[in-house]
Amino acid sequence: MRTVIKTENISKQYRLGTIGTGNLYSDLTRWWYRVRGKEDPFLVIGETNDQTVKGNSEYVWALQKINFDVQEGDLVGLIGKNGSGKSTLLKLLSKITAPTTGVIKLRGRVASMLEVGTGFHPELTGRENVFLNGTIMGMTKKEVEKKFDQIVEFAGVARYIETPIKRYSSGMSVRLAFSVAAHLDPEILLVDEVLAVGDAEFQQKCLGKMSDVSKEGRTIIFVSHNLGSIRRLCNRGLVLSKGNLVFDGEVNLAVDKYLESLPSHDDSGHNLVSFDLDESKHFQFTRISVEDQNNQSKGTFYYGERIRVRLGYIIREDCRNFSVRMSLARNGETIFWTFDTDEDEVLFARRAKGDYLANIELPDFLKAGIYTISISFIEMGFEKEEHIDVIRFVLDDSTIDTTTKSYHLDRPGHIRGKVDWVYTEHPVEV
Amino acid sequence: MQATEEKWDTIITSKAPLFDFRLGEVWRYRDLLVLFVKRDIAQVYKQTILGPLWFFIQPFITTIVFTVIFGNLAEISTDGIPPVLFYLAGITFWNFFAEALSKSSTVFRDNANIFGKVYFSRLVLPLSIVMNSFVKFCIQLLMFIIVYVYFMSVNDAVRPNAMALLFPVLVIITAGLAFGFGLLITSMTAKYRDLYFLIQFGIQLWFFATPVVYPLSEVDPENRIYAILNPMAAVVETFKYGFTGVGTFEWSYLAYSAGFMVFIVLLGILLFNKIEKTFVDII
Repeated sequence: MRTVIKTENISKQYRLGTIGTGNLYSDLTRWWYRVRGKEDPFLVIGETNDQTVKGNSEYVWALQKINFDVQEGDLVGLIGKNGSGKSTLLKLLSKITAPTTGVIKLRGRVASMLEVGTGFHPELTGRENVFLNGTIMGMTKKEVEKKFDQIVEFAGVARYIETPIKRYSSGMSVRLAFSVAAHLDPEILLVDEVLAVGDAEFQQKCLGKMSDVSKEGRTIIFVSHNLGSIRRLCNRGLVLSKGNLVFDGEVNLAVDKYLESLPSHDDSGHNLVSFDLDESKHFQFTRISVEDQNNQSKGTFYYGERIRVRLGYIIREDCRNFSVRMSLARNGETIFWTFDTDEDEVLFARRAKGDYLANIELPDFLKAGIYTISISFIEMGFEKEEHIDVIRFVLDDSTIDTTTKSYHLDRPGHIRGKVDWVYTEHPVEV
Repeated sequence: MQATEEKWDTIITSKAPLFDFRLGEVWRYRDLLVLFVKRDIAQVYKQTILGPLWFFIQPFITTIVFTVIFGNLAEISTDGIPPVLFYLAGITFWNFFAEALSKSSTVFRDNANIFGKVYFSRLVLPLSIVMNSFVKFCIQLLMFIIVYVYFMSVNDAVRPNAMALLFPVLVIITAGLAFGFGLLITSMTAKYRDLYFLIQFGIQLWFFATPVVYPLSEVDPENRIYAILNPMAAVVETFKYGFTGVGTFEWSYLAYSAGFMVFIVLLGILLFNKIEKTFVDII
């Protein structure tokens, strides 16, 4: 096994705020320190990147001292909360921006799918765009020619290939774009959340294509919030938290590690997350907690207990076409989504300003596992203020006495179907 | 095994060696360069009825405007050449330079989105801009040649001389100057955009500093040295001299322009490559 990626102490610093005269001053200061052969005064490594806490410096470390090796043929899942540095790491690996300190060594051609359809030009036809996009990603014209039919077939847009991209549906252009990227044949493929788009059938096709690619001995680094696909696809996981690499190992252990790191009950037993308020926002979440039938918030529930999510948010301006979404995932795999406007068209049409507190009763078909909740607002069809895996709780089934029943804890399936078996005919004796 | 362990294809660090022009990388993306040029040409006439004909209409109108306005109205000396030919010669080269410069000097700003998503040799984009301007220049040149042939048939004084053979050199110098200055400007305006507001204004001033609408011979002999410090001056003058026999030609002037071009291209690439590494963070 050859090492194809090696990172040595890479860190990435960003400056907060806008670029203006203040920058010129620090640029000059840096330059003056460098001229005198001294160390850059703004490159003090140490302060952690916690986005919720206002730091005392206007410089933040998006990544700090990241070290890892990737072997040929590895399928690495990159896991972490929003802002943990996943995208920054991919940007560094794909040479889009340089690290502030440290070295990255790569073997072979790298192709990145940080956003599909990069360089798609709306006026050009599908065919012209396939060539343009393919060469942007590093193929030669000849290679694109050789793969052209495969690309078009995989995307399923053969009929539209001479039509300008601007006439494509969004699904079609995404399929075409992914198809180009999937046929790149790079030694190292970096994929960022591309599977969030497209229909379920195409997502399955993409996942299949990615595992085919890896079987050919190529390396993939895959970022996704869908821990289920990470578990299925990857053999190794890297967990990032606040810019630090906190875990590097087998993928299931990595997912577990990530789930454990999510906010849960604190020492006092409460399971409650509060958000900082920002008066300038038209709407925002204020709190979320997971509670039992006695309105007691907690982190571990046992079978038979009622589980209720209490979600608070504030609307500062009247909103139209507005919904609140909550999704529930079990061990990283999404179980269901629910919108507060699923049954209520009046609330969907108009929502007056004020403080809201929603009580969401979770159904009783949940199996044991680690559950995480993601929340977001949807305004005019667009996702706003998404909090992925904002809170977690554990559902424990160890209280069930299984000694005399056929019940087995490790049964396959995502939900516990509590189904009545009713026999209408008595067995005939033979 | 141990021997191959240290052989890496790509090494990414915060610092790049100072004199690394990374031209091999540009070569690797040569197909992309061609496709960018094609794209920029194609998008001009997409969804038009006249199609590629539009490429000829604009230079044609320029030619007509110059024929009518400068042929009849302007009273500036043209060193004895028919005024139309004189202005057209100057403007053909100047438009090439001005367009390539003004478009390549905003290359970071205009392509921030694509630069932030995928890596390819960044130099490909400004190169494609200069090549695209060159295509437009060739069409304008065709117009010039038509007018030129007409004047050759009616005016015995209009004849090319040996210096007309320098034409390819002039094209290279002009392209190089526009490319180099474009890289410098886009690199310097990447972080602090103040300079950006001065680009169009600066190009206009440069136009008047270049003997496009007046001959270099009109400049006082004691001031001529300042006029010739402008590297575009010798290019335009040599072109006029080569094709009409009227104008100022000195080997030293041209050598200065060529040297200046090489210097500015190297400096431009160096600065561009340096800025390119972290450009995405500061846009």
